[in-house]
Amino acid sequence: MTTGLNAQSLSVSTTTGKGRSRPKGPRAPRSRRAIIATSVIYAVLVVLAVVYIFPFLLQVATAFKTNPDATANPVSLIPTTWSTAALQQLFVNSDFPLWFMNSAIVTIFVTFGRVFFDSLAGYALARLHFRGRNVIFAGLIAVMAVPAVVLMIPKFLVINQLGIYDSYTGMIVPLLVDAAGVFIMKGFFESIPVSVEEQARIDGAGTFRLFWSVVLPMARPALVTIIILSFQGSWNELAQFIISAQSPSLTTLTKGVASLSSGQLGQGNQYPLKLAAAAIMTIPVAVMFFVFQRRIMNNSEGAVKE
Amino acid sequence: MTTTTIRPHRSNIRRGEAASGWLFTAPMLILLGLFLVIPVLMALWVSFSDWGGNGSPFSGNVHFVGTQNYQSILGSGGLAEQNFGTSLRNNAWYVVLVVPIQTAVSLFLAVMVNRAVLRGRGFFRTAFYFPSVTSSVAITVLWLFLFSTTGAINKVLSWVGIHGPNWFNDPDGILHLFLGLFGVQSGPASLTSSGFLGITWWDWLAGPSVAMSAFILMAVFTTSGTFMLLFIAALQNLGGDIQEAAMIDGANGWQRFWRITLPQLRPTLFTVLTLGLIGCWQVFDQIYTGTQGAPANTTLTPAYLSYTSAFTNQAWGQGAAIAFILFVIIVAFTILQRWILRERTVSKRRMRAYLPKTEVPLEGGSR
Repeated sequence: MTTGLNAQSLSVSTTTGKGRSRPKGPRAPRSRRAIIATSVIYAVLVVLAVVYIFPFLLQVATAFKTNPDATANPVSLIPTTWSTAALQQLFVNSDFPLWFMNSAIVTIFVTFGRVFFDSLAGYALARLHFRGRNVIFAGLIAVMAVPAVVLMIPKFLVINQLGIYDSYTGMIVPLLVDAAGVFIMKGFFESIPVSVEEQARIDGAGTFRLFWSVVLPMARPALVTIIILSFQGSWNELAQFIISAQSPSLTTLTKGVASLSSGQLGQGNQYPLKLAAAAIMTIPVAVMFFVFQRRIMNNSEGAVKE
Repeated sequence: MTTTTIRPHRSNIRRGEAASGWLFTAPMLILLGLFLVIPVLMALWVSFSDWGGNGSPFSGNVHFVGTQNYQSILGSGGLAEQNFGTSLRNNAWYVVLVVPIQTAVSLFLAVMVNRAVLRGRGFFRTAFYFPSVTSSVAITVLWLFLFSTTGAINKVLSWVGIHGPNWFNDPDGILHLFLGLFGVQSGPASLTSSGFLGITWWDWLAGPSVAMSAFILMAVFTTSGTFMLLFIAALQNLGGDIQEAAMIDGANGWQRFWRITLPQLRPTLFTVLTLGLIGCWQVFDQIYTGTQGAPANTTLTPAYLSYTSAFTNQAWGQGAAIAFILFVIIVAFTILQRWILRERTVSKRRMRAYLPKTEVPLEGGSR
């Protein structure tokens, strides 16, 4: 895997020579129609980009506005009077820091758990020969077809029955394995050559040792995909935390911000407060996104949300 | 792709593999079994029982009530049926609008971004994809602000002289509003006198409420980036030679897109439609965060109704029954779509569009 340092080189292939050297302005006897067409395309793209980005800029700007300002000037990107009142209330007078911590705890455990268990199971399904492997794989496919939202009541029933309701255990453990992740890992292990493993095996390495020190290091690209998906998935997860806990001390960001949204903090619409909360909860996934941007953008598997 | 293992070594080197195999898959089997398979079976029992949320659903004072829960949702004539009908109506319109729009928008974005000559491609791709990484809760909070009565959207609309609606507080169906423009205020007796699931046919045809329309726009905004990446990946895998051959044959850009690019994107198109369809029937986070079903139940969805029936109203049997009906709906739609899309591939009418695909490369090769 090449690691080009300039982030601008996101675009691969096709944009060589011709595309790079072509100046923006009209060049000599280039056909007029082509120039018009290109301008139209850029115009459309810029307008669309504004539509997609502007809401987020507005979100950040509104976080620094006062309540009356947010209502009076909903489109302006610069607050009339800069105010950190919303941020102060969020960090000093609310449980927001606690929510953030809970989300962080859950996300870290879930991400590590999925990386380990998904790759372990994926490796077994790809490489180890044992009776029942095909049955397990068929079951995995069937399980992937079950829509998550349908599982809210069922999961609550089991969590309650097991006595892990209202605990970190109840919040984390059900998320520790995801069928899609196992599927991705299996696919990856099947795509790498088997010869290295065979060699290590002849040298007498045990199966786990082989997996841990030979196979797993080779699986870096796929593991990064799993990390991205798990981090995003558990940080943004809402339904699982609604049904697994009710104690205020176990509230995660998604649950907490949702409760802010339905208006539990004071009077008025409180837009700066809500938008500040929404903006801050976006930061970790945004950082994750920009760090792994090249991978996400060039890997269709890494792109699938939900 | 199948396994590429070399079989002959098996007997010697692969001893003890069965044990490791089961050991390696054990965490997955236990966790998925415990939190996926068993829950589904438990919920299936609850949907046929009168469990009220107290104690274990398997205790002695919980009784089998047959299909009573399903009947109260599907044919009691009561509030439960009406709510379920309303939620189905809302979600059906959501699906009908979101799935085609997000597919078209994401394909459009992909084609635009994937052009051979484009500066700042990385920037545009990032811009369009960014909404997809943020949480549905954060986006909903943002959306409530943008679409509030005095919000950014109405402000922008006022610049062009449009008095924007009261978005998230407006329960009027957009089709009803459209008919209202022509003076049609109430439906014909044939549509209002009868109905399905406690909702008159006239109300089924109301279209999504203005409030739901805001959620529809939000869904397009947040998912088009994800699907755009799928389309871009597919577009980059297409060989350029067929395009070239078509260009030599004199096909213009429009024809090349519809006759060559689009048919080649069929598998991706299928993936996007299926994922979209499955996702769109599971609207929950947005409703929980945003409107809780209001105004006038027009943003109520089956997923949210299932949740409130069970957790708020303690009608666990009904909640579980709704979840299972939703499950069946999603599976049925997926199968139906699979069937429809496969059917077309062999239809003679469409066959013509596919013929160049097999012929052109041959010509190109002999050149």
